[in-house]
Amino acid sequence: MSNAAVTSASAPATNADQSILARLGAAFVGRLVIIIPYVWLLFFFLIPFIIVFKISLSQTAIAMPPYTPVLDFKDGISGFFAGFGALSFDNYAWLTQDALYFNAYVTSVIIAAISTVLTLIVGYPIAYGMARAPATIRPTLLMLVILPFWTSFLIRVYAWIGILKPEGLLNQLLLATGIISQPLIILNTYTAIFIGIVYSYLPFMVLPLYSSLEKMDYSLIEAAKDLGCPPTSAFWKITFPLSLPGVIAGCLLVFIPAVGEFVIPDLLGGSQTLMIGKTLWNEFFANRDWPVSSAVAVILLLLLTVPIMFFQQAQARAQEQDK
Amino acid sequence: MIRKALWLSATSVFLTLFTVGGHAEDRVVNVFNWSDYIDSSIIDDFTKKTGIKVVYDTFDSNEILETKLLAGGSGYDVVVPSGNFLARQIQAGVFQKLDKSKLPNLSNMWDVISERTSKYDPGNEYSTNYMWGTVGIGYNIKKVQAALGTDKIDSWDTFFNPETLAKLKDCGVYVLDSPADMIPAALKYLGLDPNSKSADDIAKAEEVMIKIRPSIRKFHSSEYINALANGDICLAVGFSGDVFQARNRAQEAKQGVEIGYAVPKEGAQIWFDQMAIPADAPHVAEAHEFINYMMTPEVIAKSSNYVLYANGNKASQQFVDKAILDDPAIYPDAATLEKLYTVQPYDPKTQRLITRSWTKIVTGQ
Repeated sequence: MSNAAVTSASAPATNADQSILARLGAAFVGRLVIIIPYVWLLFFFLIPFIIVFKISLSQTAIAMPPYTPVLDFKDGISGFFAGFGALSFDNYAWLTQDALYFNAYVTSVIIAAISTVLTLIVGYPIAYGMARAPATIRPTLLMLVILPFWTSFLIRVYAWIGILKPEGLLNQLLLATGIISQPLIILNTYTAIFIGIVYSYLPFMVLPLYSSLEKMDYSLIEAAKDLGCPPTSAFWKITFPLSLPGVIAGCLLVFIPAVGEFVIPDLLGGSQTLMIGKTLWNEFFANRDWPVSSAVAVILLLLLTVPIMFFQQAQARAQEQDK
Repeated sequence: MIRKALWLSATSVFLTLFTVGGHAEDRVVNVFNWSDYIDSSIIDDFTKKTGIKVVYDTFDSNEILETKLLAGGSGYDVVVPSGNFLARQIQAGVFQKLDKSKLPNLSNMWDVISERTSKYDPGNEYSTNYMWGTVGIGYNIKKVQAALGTDKIDSWDTFFNPETLAKLKDCGVYVLDSPADMIPAALKYLGLDPNSKSADDIAKAEEVMIKIRPSIRKFHSSEYINALANGDICLAVGFSGDVFQARNRAQEAKQGVEIGYAVPKEGAQIWFDQMAIPADAPHVAEAHEFINYMMTPEVIAKSSNYVLYANGNKASQQFVDKAILDDPAIYPDAATLEKLYTVQPYDPKTQRLITRSWTKIVTGQ
């Protein structure tokens, strides 16, 4: 839409002045709409990323801040360009020398992937139920999904300690009802991490699913039923494919933050959990090695964004072909 | 915990800026101290006496404090790092020298402690002691009695011996998530120099820790207070005063949980938390007033009575509760004091070695 506005505005001015002004105005608004997200990305993604990348090319020092400055404008422009010689990729080479970093990346991706699938399994029925509920109670249901956000994330994760610990609420309930005779050890295990992540990120899965399921035309299901399609295959042939954009959006919203998750494994997980968030914390706080921790962060970012960009491109191409 | 600490501090700095902007005439001091480490009435009294508003904020690990200080512009006026961290921070240029003319209460300090803290801060130019204590073994007396047949622990052997610790595995063992405290303890148990920087020695300490690793439920530097008090665990290697706080909470809860604390006879680490002023502190005069107030004998005694740590203030001892002053686990006698060792800061290379070793101990990788 904006492209059209831009071309027409730059076309030869055959109309009245007022119309040109109006078109210029429209072109400006059109551009603004695109510019705002880019400005946002510039300030909150690109600039911080460049700073982190710059630190990853320097060396540690006992100073404030604790690394040798590189590419500093302190010595003027020439000093800035001379600084290129001082850059070193040693910190990246270091990451390949110890299997620790690779293992931490892999563990994080596996934990995030399992959690995402679990969140999808739990979230889909919720979103489906909400979308099929009478229109009058949908806003209330939506509210209930968002409501937990009104309490601090940290307090909610702490509450799970009280539920899952050996003498906690869950074990007391199960023991009282006679389902188990020995308390279950859940806290400080991988199970507790999965429970924590599924619980904390559930709204991020439910909301995009709900919005794609709500838009669905249910007469399609009725038509399938009329033609003799059993409900389960109607679900897999119609409902699920139509909700796919919601599934993908929900999975990305859960998977990406879960890979870098630090608080949930720290509070609910056992000490043996080696995730990249903790490795980064160790480099940054325990070793005070800002350059290496920056290198870990840069690699993490690349590992996450590059596959997602390829995925999006593939999707866009598939959509083009459909047309 | 960490995220909470960051949020709290971010909020408080914001609030400070806001307050400063709002009432420029108000005097403020921004204090950053360890969690559960002061009787809050002391802060109110200070404000009443001087009219200086205290923005009090807490952390639970030296690493968090150090990172904020090294990043610069933390906005804090008084911070309380431990000695070994302080030494390196002084080297990095984080602190300003104390103006001793503004600290008349320095005359109350205890030479025994000042002498030891001068190992970290030569001449005590940059800092003065707030509290000091030991790293030892806190335990649930009844549960240990049931598992080991004795209600008294007095040696590192209970912890570092894999067979003994395995008997305590089921009732729960927590350990400080802090290589700078645990590796020296393992070295001491092995009869080696706790401050050894040799890779071989550190590998030996690592081996000892890996042998007992299966019996350790969690590595964490503050959760053990509640876990001990609630009876969730039966043994924790932790800071003396934290264990005493667990003991008191358990007594208040009246659930029959009794907590003991041992300074192992082989020797334990003695640490010092030092009050210091960052070089870029916005309220230097107020910071000196606050530090001087904290060195008033009655005030620091009140703090010791509350947090159950010994302080480095000789004149305060007449105001410290007799039960605390006479408790050798808090104010060790001369013979025990002799056996306590200090931990020196690590150079970056040794630090990396220790952190890597610790990751291997904790995660098995």
